[in-house]
Amino acid sequence: MTATNHRWRKAKNVLMQALALVCAVLVILPLLLVFFHLLSQGASSINWAFFTQLPKPVGEVGGGMANAIVGTFILMALASLLGVPVGVLGGIFLSEYPHRRLNRWIRFTADVVNGVPSITWGMVVYGLVVVPMKGFSTLAGAVVLGLMMIPLIMRTTEEVLQLVPIGYREAALALGIAQWRMIAQIVVRTAMKGIVTGVLLALARVAGETAPLLFTAFGNLYWTHRLTEPIAALPLQIFNYAISPYDDWHRQAWAGALILIFLVSVINLGVRVLTRDRFSRTVPQILIPGHHVATNVQPPHGITS
Amino acid sequence: MDNHFETGLEFLRQKLLLMASRAETAVNDSVQALMQRNYDLAMKVRADDDIIDQFEMEIDEMALQLLTKAPLAGNLRLVTVAMKVSQNLERIGDEATKIAKRACDLSQEPPVKLVLDLPRLAGLAVAMVKDALDAFVQRDSRAARAIVPRDREVDALNREMQAALTQHMVEHPETIPRCLHWIVAAKSLERIADHAKNIAEEVVYLCEAQDIRHLLKKPAPASRSID
Amino acid sequence: MSNPHMESQADHRIALAVRGLSIFFGSHAVLKNVTLDIAARSVTAIIGPSGCGKSTFLRAINRMHELNPGARMEGQVRLFGEDIYARGVEPVVVRRRVGMVFQKSNPFPTMTIAGNITVGLRLNGVRDKRILAERTEESLRMAALWDEVKNRLHAPAISLSGGQQQRLCIARALAVQPEVLLMDEPASALDPQATQKIEDLIVELKKDYTIVIVTHNMQQAARASDFTAFFYLGELAEFGPTTKIFTNPAQKRTEDYVTGRFG
Repeated sequence: MTATNHRWRKAKNVLMQALALVCAVLVILPLLLVFFHLLSQGASSINWAFFTQLPKPVGEVGGGMANAIVGTFILMALASLLGVPVGVLGGIFLSEYPHRRLNRWIRFTADVVNGVPSITWGMVVYGLVVVPMKGFSTLAGAVVLGLMMIPLIMRTTEEVLQLVPIGYREAALALGIAQWRMIAQIVVRTAMKGIVTGVLLALARVAGETAPLLFTAFGNLYWTHRLTEPIAALPLQIFNYAISPYDDWHRQAWAGALILIFLVSVINLGVRVLTRDRFSRTVPQILIPGHHVATNVQPPHGITS
Repeated sequence: MDNHFETGLEFLRQKLLLMASRAETAVNDSVQALMQRNYDLAMKVRADDDIIDQFEMEIDEMALQLLTKAPLAGNLRLVTVAMKVSQNLERIGDEATKIAKRACDLSQEPPVKLVLDLPRLAGLAVAMVKDALDAFVQRDSRAARAIVPRDREVDALNREMQAALTQHMVEHPETIPRCLHWIVAAKSLERIADHAKNIAEEVVYLCEAQDIRHLLKKPAPASRSID
Repeated sequence: MSNPHMESQADHRIALAVRGLSIFFGSHAVLKNVTLDIAARSVTAIIGPSGCGKSTFLRAINRMHELNPGARMEGQVRLFGEDIYARGVEPVVVRRRVGMVFQKSNPFPTMTIAGNITVGLRLNGVRDKRILAERTEESLRMAALWDEVKNRLHAPAISLSGGQQQRLCIARALAVQPEVLLMDEPASALDPQATQKIEDLIVELKKDYTIVIVTHNMQQAARASDFTAFFYLGELAEFGPTTKIFTNPAQKRTEDYVTGRFG
């Protein structure tokens, strides 16, 4: 091991570290660009009116996106009513009653469906809900978003439940606790943080969906009072304003986009807060071969925010 | 990969056999010195007793070390038997030394005119020692069991000799010191036979895990715990 | 201590009568025709090389092997005279009478110490707070853990050390008042001091419970058990008082295993 050899290895080390740093920066750069661009374009349009007022008629300056902001929340809440129970229970079924051939097909279908383009979802729900109801509606919007959430939540729930070490299940069964009680009170309770994470990530994903809402919720320039009426939503509003010829609307579209990305960021921040490793670990760390142990619950692969 | 523990056990066995052969030699030499009035041989036996004592200490230490490794079953029995056998061999060595001392004293004085069957007593004792050690080497439990009753014959012969010598001392008081030497020598031979019997009993325990000690005595009342 | 099951321990001398027990996973026979009697209020150790079926045997006693899909059993297991595999007997009921402690301690992480102890009771419908509190103290005392945790019963269970966690699991199993306690290598993940405590605990517990313990540690079996069963390749090779097995086993393969010549 000569001195020059050592120096060359050190130099190589430094070079690779620099390269890795550059790549990391390149990854973050687009995100920063988006943020700053949105901020520069939209921050000026954020004012109290934006949050409280309805859109003004075409041509008039001013107004806000109050109904779109509220509409997005309403749609997410209603979609959760459909997506969360079905998704979580489906995930529990896949994880805790695993030895059936049916499971393989369910998982396969869920994975395929996860990859279905969102516009296709919109069209499907158009045919299933909008046409029979003879009109666009909040309900249709909630249904399409909920349906999109189901496979996401189901898979993340299943993966998170699988991370719960088998030892807990066995210990509970050995105490003479019935299986369904064991699943509800021990397994699901232990994995709760992970399940909530999965739900939040699914919410963050559907919060920004535009295409499906085009065919279902359709958008509304006024407040919505009934489930059967169309409803405004941020992505929809942004879309409509952006393709319009009016500068004022363009300005508001930027503001809307900023709000939307802020909303999604808050959800993701919530996920980070939930999954942080506190000083008192929630899952024991002792490793025995054959037992699967998680130290904290990370969002599974395939789910991007 | 070698089993280090088994190697240790084998070392213990070998050491025990070395000690045994020295003890056997001491007995043989001391009896020969006594019969042939060989002063030098007797002195040699007395000098070599230290070596036998040293063996006992080394074997006990090795056994203790092996016990810390918590041997079980046959290995456990081997270690505990080794400790007991080494103790018996050491005593045999001591008794051989006593015979040698008496041989030294007797060789300096004129022989006693008495027909004694000491050679036969000595022969029986020496044979018992040899057979017991052979049984240990061969792990032959049957042969070991056969040794135990022979002790009775030795005891009987010793009593005969004590009686004859006592009689002679009464009739010829000038021979008393020399006869006392003979009495002591005979007693030592009887003791050597006892120790050989003990070794045989330990061999039976090693091979069969049966404790055959004290079986021929009258059974004592069953001990009751005091609580 | 009012335990309706304890009367059966006093009446019967045999806690578990196993006859011709065979367990198959698919077509593979893991246990072959095992017959033995486990005495009440004693500690029976199960020893043998890896893969000899000792854990499977243990799990057959509280029907935990049924968690394995494709598991099939033949033969009979009687718990104080009652067939635990009879038609209509629910595994859940069997498991309340036969408790189990595992190799890796597994206190439920989302619950407190007290919560862990009472979970077996609560999830089986016991709501009376007074009973729960009584059993908590009783079980923790039996597991020799009461003095160490009595002032922090509401601390998270995972804040305890490894040895304490294992004793907590033992207390948790005792809280449902089983008649038999099965232990699958309970001390193998613990340091020597903690192991010693567990062994002392086992010797104490046998006054009231029948204990069956699987161990790969011969010294532990020799220290803590009254009877020892040696399993080899799925069969019961030898069974007898511990002293006999460890000073003078009847079979050569038992002797070879016990002296470390294989396994």
